Amino acid sequence: MHEVSIMQDMLQLAEENLRKSGCTEIRRIKLRVGLLSGVVPEALSFAFDVLKSGTSAANAILEIESSPSLFSCGECGRESWYESLRFECPECHGGLILQQGGTDLELTQMEVSSTD
Amino acid sequence: MCDDCGCGDPKPFKIIPMQGTPAKKFQVAAHAHEHEHVDDEGNRYIHSHHEPHAHGEKHEHGGGHNHLQTLSLHQPLLIKNDRLAERNRGFLNAKGIVAINIVSSPGSGKTTFLAKTLEMLRDEIPAAVIVGDLETANDAARLRDKGAPVVQVTTGTVCHLDAEMISRSLEELDLTDRRLLFIENVGNLVCPSSYDLGEAMRVVLISVTEGEDKPLKYPPIFQGARAVVVTKKDLLEASGIDRESLRRNIHAVSHHAEIIEVSARTGEGMSRWIDLLRESTK
Repeated sequence: MHEVSIMQDMLQLAEENLRKSGCTEIRRIKLRVGLLSGVVPEALSFAFDVLKSGTSAANAILEIESSPSLFSCGECGRESWYESLRFECPECHGGLILQQGGTDLELTQMEVSSTD
Repeated sequence: MCDDCGCGDPKPFKIIPMQGTPAKKFQVAAHAHEHEHVDDEGNRYIHSHHEPHAHGEKHEHGGGHNHLQTLSLHQPLLIKNDRLAERNRGFLNAKGIVAINIVSSPGSGKTTFLAKTLEMLRDEIPAAVIVGDLETANDAARLRDKGAPVVQVTTGTVCHLDAEMISRSLEELDLTDRRLLFIENVGNLVCPSSYDLGEAMRVVLISVTEGEDKPLKYPPIFQGARAVVVTKKDLLEASGIDRESLRRNIHAVSHHAEIIEVSARTGEGMSRWIDLLRESTK
């Protein structure tokens, strides 16, 4: 249940970005969540719905994309990107080793507007 | 509102130093601290975490037009924690202290394991300890007579330690001549995985009574661990666990982790763990 405090930090970050942009309202927020970030996307969405009221993101849409990770097989060496966590090579059933990605938890994009 | 579960019960975390008397307590107002920004034009913005604010008002455009902008960003959500963790790491490196973040489920035997470790290291490698729990200083009290300075962090409602708690705890610890810092995290296999504390390595404990598929159920915490310590080895037979399958599952998630099977109660297997600590502090 640490998604609420993470979302609080996210909203603060988003408000700072909004201020720098010179606009007044946040329309859309895109997050990128890695397979191994330790964060549950559904819990993030829930936290966003609870926390957004009264902020500049009150009417914003939250999009969460899961970022793929690169794994290589310890046996046959085959490399593949996976969207969900895998432990076994689909070719030779060898163990997969995480090579790249997985722990990212990022604010990647915002759409902002002025409401005058 | 509380930071984590939204229960409406704000409880700041507390640091309770366990060495010396009387124990000094202080609280960090985690829920209402003010915080300042200065923008490119030199304008200052001061606000607290819990007051939603619209700095945008300062920049309002006149003239009734309505424009939409897309901002491309790549900002880590835990950037504040990550920066503070790097500061902790630098501080510890400069002092030549190796910090070990010990994580597990509640009841895996972290405190017993740590007590045994401190006993075995006592005259060899000076250590210090930070213990995290939601409430009580019981665990720290169990460790305080083992020859190492101990600080208890009670997190209130927070399910993990973060870099700020470690930074504040470090201020309370006498680290003179210390070579090792053990951080006993809050018993939880989920949330601590997201928070870098500035440690040199993470060690996960799993007891034989927890079942062989735990690494597959909680991969983020196991992934990247330097070692996985399988505790309560003296209960191996009674637990009926399939040892080989547990080892296979650990390596499936954390390919490089060393697996060390121990019983802190009988001392079995502890020497390999102590060797690992010796190697890390060389």
